[in-house]
Amino acid sequence: MLDDNSRKLVLTHFWIAFATFLLALILGAWQMYIRSPLHAWISNPELYYRAVTAHGSVMGYVFPTLVAMAFGYAVSELSLKQPLIGRRWAWAGLGLVALGIVTAMLPVSLGLASVLYTFYPPLVGSPFYYLGIVLVVVGSWIWVALMSINMRRWKQQHPGEPVPLPMFATVAGAYLWGWTSVGASIEILFQILPVALGFKTTIDAGLARVFFSWTLHAIVYFWLMPAYIAFYTLVPRAIGGRLYSDVMGRISFILFLVFSMPIGIHHLFQDPQVGSGMKFMHAVFTGMVTIPTLLTVFTICASVEIAGRLHGGKGLLGWVKALPWRNPMMLAVAFSFVLLGFGGAGGIINMSYQLDFTVHNTQWITGHFHLIFGGAIVIMYFALAYDLWPHLTGRALADLRLMRIQLWLWFVGMLVLSLPWHWVGILGMPRRMAYFDYADPAIAPQAMAVTITFIGAVLLLVSGILFVLILLRGHAAGQVTLPPFRFSRPVHQPARLPLALNSFGLWLALMIGLTVVNYGFPIAQLTTLERTSVPAIPAGAPQ
Amino acid sequence: MSKERLFSFRNVWFSASVGAVVFVAIVAALIGFVWIPSTQGGRAGESLWDMICSAAGVVAPATLTPMSATPPTRPSNVIVTAQMMETTADVSIGRGATLAQQCTMCHGTRGISQANMPNLAAQDPASIYKQLRDYKSGHRQSAIMRPMAAGLSDRDMRDIAAYYASLPAAPPPEAHPEMPVLVRNGAPMRNIGACATCHGPIAKKTAAPYLRGQPADYLRDQLQRFASGERRNDLNAQMRNAARQMTPEEIDEVVRYYAQTPR
Repeated sequence: MLDDNSRKLVLTHFWIAFATFLLALILGAWQMYIRSPLHAWISNPELYYRAVTAHGSVMGYVFPTLVAMAFGYAVSELSLKQPLIGRRWAWAGLGLVALGIVTAMLPVSLGLASVLYTFYPPLVGSPFYYLGIVLVVVGSWIWVALMSINMRRWKQQHPGEPVPLPMFATVAGAYLWGWTSVGASIEILFQILPVALGFKTTIDAGLARVFFSWTLHAIVYFWLMPAYIAFYTLVPRAIGGRLYSDVMGRISFILFLVFSMPIGIHHLFQDPQVGSGMKFMHAVFTGMVTIPTLLTVFTICASVEIAGRLHGGKGLLGWVKALPWRNPMMLAVAFSFVLLGFGGAGGIINMSYQLDFTVHNTQWITGHFHLIFGGAIVIMYFALAYDLWPHLTGRALADLRLMRIQLWLWFVGMLVLSLPWHWVGILGMPRRMAYFDYADPAIAPQAMAVTITFIGAVLLLVSGILFVLILLRGHAAGQVTLPPFRFSRPVHQPARLPLALNSFGLWLALMIGLTVVNYGFPIAQLTTLERTSVPAIPAGAPQ
Repeated sequence: MSKERLFSFRNVWFSASVGAVVFVAIVAALIGFVWIPSTQGGRAGESLWDMICSAAGVVAPATLTPMSATPPTRPSNVIVTAQMMETTADVSIGRGATLAQQCTMCHGTRGISQANMPNLAAQDPASIYKQLRDYKSGHRQSAIMRPMAAGLSDRDMRDIAAYYASLPAAPPPEAHPEMPVLVRNGAPMRNIGACATCHGPIAKKTAAPYLRGQPADYLRDQLQRFASGERRNDLNAQMRNAARQMTPEEIDEVVRYYAQTPR
């Protein structure tokens, strides 16, 4: 059970996360409306980019980081069954994140940093925006350290015993974030901030983009971690089954740790500053990430099948019918897999050097990452919040029907939003545009698809509001006495594990080694190359 | 069990995982750096090492040939960057005020023209400086401005720009016309950017002058000169490309908006 202070800690993280999420969701829906044929061209495109910057910064940095932190603290205490070590530090970390949110969002809302959340040097905005992002990241580094410390303490007290899978996976996610956030941090501290603060007037945009790609792809796997931990450690228990394989889970998280880092240059396929050989290396390792993904799909499907058969399902597909479809967690995992399937298939196209040419910088890309993050991942954030909420508030979340409606709305909304985006992307509609001339015969046929995306955005907004309402109502419901919180039990609980599957030394060494192999040369080469800096362009500063 | 050593080739997890990762990396590198480049038929006489370097993104040292300085091939000699005008000192404004005595006949005593010439008060200093340099070098033609600019040093031009930028803008006229779509959004399919995203009021680009409150006759005249190609000191032909696409009615509409809108 969580003690009172930990409950407060976790709940505060969750509420800041969900409150900022709702605000960013409103901005997202507004953007869909503004750029659709339903609205006249926006009179000031800067407002659009301002909104995109806020939406991206919150959804990319703030919301998933806070969810991962909240979930991590809960997992640490619940799975290790020891009080959280360093609770004061945890509050301090949260304080830094909160301060960072305010510091970053003030200049954004004033229109002083409309550089989008990917920074896009040589665009340079207010230094406070970047400092705010740094504060968010530094706050999350405290969490990384605390996760590591808590696991280490447990291992000292339980020598030779396998670290519980939820904690093992959480620490994998923490280490992944610790290392992947280094790239963007270097970019901000050594390249962007000196310009934003006025010490320098030029910036090496190519090198900056390479550093950002270091963060840009693995950050997705950091977002993904809480969802995957929920797949392995919450879903089988919630639907009355068993986890098919504990060891398979550990191997998947280890593979994510090793392979999600050295692949970010596939975001730079169309950038001239990186050689085609390096791009190919990154494409290959991007392909390697399909292995832990498919391992997970297999393991979770097998676990779900176990649940279906335990519920009395028979035959080849009879178990599917026997599954507890009225359980929100069941619904969430099914939706998440469908969205992951579409998103993953699209992702394999993006990582293919030649195919990427046709979809690069089109709405296809926007559709892809909304399917993966906004779809497969966020829907599991909803599910894990529903699962944890009674243990955080001590009160029941009774209205399962409302939860199902909320999940259905999100699932359908995300498909309605992102499938037309893929379609117009193939037709060549560029992303990051504040308005389109739908009167032109060349793009008039795309107008309907863009209108449909707005309907998707409305469904998502309604779903997001419902989600927050359900959680709010949870605070007002009657108190309940709950059985102790429990994670999924595997079919075979390993009593002993090889050292490699119970520690991170080898995998961290491989992760760092692969980073050196795949990033060392481009970074060294671009750093030493002369005459590559260009004048910075102050952004988002209307007179 | 506690004696198990992780970083040892006797540990099968270590040897297998390191071996597999190194194997994948080597195979990927061989394909990416050797096989694919060699199937794409590199330059004649290119060695294997050249191909590997090229796939790694190593660039051959660029041979920079200076661009010709003759007016017809280049729109301007001025290199426009966000930092092209250093911070303005008061002494600069003072010098500029003295030098600007010779400009008062057309541009007014306080930078507000009575003669349908550009109002320079509160104008963007980079754009004043750029135009003066272009007049001096002949990139922008004017029988009046060329001799005026001929005697000015780089410092003089910066000071004049600083002085005019420091002056208060013209008093607002009566009318407040609504912003035309062309000013606000441009015409994307005709490659016309939104006027307001470079010249204000939505955003401001370096060396693009503020247009609000400028004399209508001057604005119309310049748009027509851009359209006809008579004026060609706009970098990358930005203004010529836009003006060529505009109808006379659109030119009138845009000019009316800017001339009647206060700074």
